[in-house]
Amino acid sequence: MTKNVAGLELPVERDCPFSPPAAYELLRGQAPISNVRLTSGGEAWWVSGHEEARAVLADGRFSSDKRKNGFPLFTLDAATLQQLRSQPPLMLGMDGPEHSAARRSVIGEFTVKRLAALRPRIQDIVDHFIDDMLAADQRPVDLVQALSLPVPSLVICELLGVPYTDHDFFQSRTTMMVRRTSLEDRQRAFAELRAYIDDLITRKESESGDDLFGRQIARQRQEGALDHAGLVSLAFLLLTAGHETTANMISLGVVGLLSHPEQLALVKADPGRTPMAVEELLRYFTIADGVTSRLATEDVEIGGVSIKAGEGVIVSMLSANWDPAAFKDPAELDVERGARHHVAFGFGPHQCLGQNLARMELQIVFDTLFRRIPTLRLAAPAEGLPFKSDAVIYGVHELPVTW
Amino acid sequence: MRIKADTGACVGSGQCVLTEPAVFDQDDDGLVALLTDHPDDQSAAQARHAVTLCPSRALSILQE
Ligand code: HEM
Ligand code: SF4
Repeated sequence: MTKNVAGLELPVERDCPFSPPAAYELLRGQAPISNVRLTSGGEAWWVSGHEEARAVLADGRFSSDKRKNGFPLFTLDAATLQQLRSQPPLMLGMDGPEHSAARRSVIGEFTVKRLAALRPRIQDIVDHFIDDMLAADQRPVDLVQALSLPVPSLVICELLGVPYTDHDFFQSRTTMMVRRTSLEDRQRAFAELRAYIDDLITRKESESGDDLFGRQIARQRQEGALDHAGLVSLAFLLLTAGHETTANMISLGVVGLLSHPEQLALVKADPGRTPMAVEELLRYFTIADGVTSRLATEDVEIGGVSIKAGEGVIVSMLSANWDPAAFKDPAELDVERGARHHVAFGFGPHQCLGQNLARMELQIVFDTLFRRIPTLRLAAPAEGLPFKSDAVIYGVHELPVTW
Repeated sequence: MRIKADTGACVGSGQCVLTEPAVFDQDDDGLVALLTDHPDDQSAAQARHAVTLCPSRALSILQE
């Protein structure tokens, strides 16, 4: 296999905050699947094409088990890997029947119908934080702290059944965990949350609540044994997978719309366009690029290459979502594109469990924000914002807005 | 048009329900449940679209 771009090692940072790194296009231009060198050492297959990305992610011969030898170290660093190896695997890192059983025990909680029942509660949460924004005596306001982080944090409180009196604690610790602060502060917040969630699950085990964990506990009891540690891990998975992702997408969505006024005008003119605008923003920013790494467990012929058992594969969802073979003029942010086949939530058996919750949160936030503060604007040029260009999940650290 | 849903493969993404709620539903366990296996002319195009969006390839077209 030819080395594609001389001297290139992945991951690379974005050159422009609004588009994929230039190297992605070079790689995709040469082949939909190519061999690349990783900064962490070693090589891996790099999947750039949309069709090929879907094929790999839907193929059970590729493993998600990060603990396996040879798993490509892309956005995962050696320390995190060490930590993963010392704990029982989460749904995200399971394969085959084990994954299917873990996922099937919770998908009933995330159906389109069940989530619709959460809508009024999410609307209240969003309105509450916008009330606070409007009441603030100082502008600009940092939207990240005022809206993007607290909204998904409180939505996860709803999911986990965190009592109202603990919301402030939960929100401050979840925010601390994703802040640009010292490792020590983040670790302390993590430990406090872990202890809190452990205690919360213990309390739920002695009540019989009709919420997600109440139902999980009842089901487990019926099936035989209560798995306390498993429930704590599930709660943590929902928190870590659903908080920062949604928060970053709220911020970037607002940046994307405010810096494309003609697109924002379309959405404001007809909120019926919001769901498609959300899909387009998910595609355009593809914030979780690279979390979809896999390890081949068998020899696989795919996209014109032969991948051998034991080789690492990195599916670039960002590259796939900017593949002109699948999206016409991918660099255009076009809220009327009407394309739902993007892979911003992944594809295959691991496709995001919380995707329809995330969609609903984003729709409610964008609709409500631009309806209640129609003159909202960036208080600093978009290009100069502190983008999280080296983070696993793309976003902005701060987003000063005014009106 | 006739379609089939394989609940053994379904991973409960809800993509089909979002795409054509007149044809696809999810049961209480989150798995796909067809409201009809003969989508009418009005739903046919969206049902076909749902088949291509399903992340676990649990949906198929038996007859165009
Ligand atoms: C815009 C927001 C979000 C984005 C972009 C996103 C992205 C993703 C992606 C790409 C995956 C697939 C990972 C893989 O294939 O290895 C995934 C999986 C997952 N997501 Fe999300 N996510 C978002 C929000 C959420 C929310 C709100 C929740 C829950 C509250 C959530 C829970 C999960 C879980 C549990 C998985 C693992 C599913 C499995 O392994 O079967 N996510 N997400
Ligand atoms: S789109 Fe596929 S995986 Fe998702 S609910 Fe429908 S049948 Fe199941």
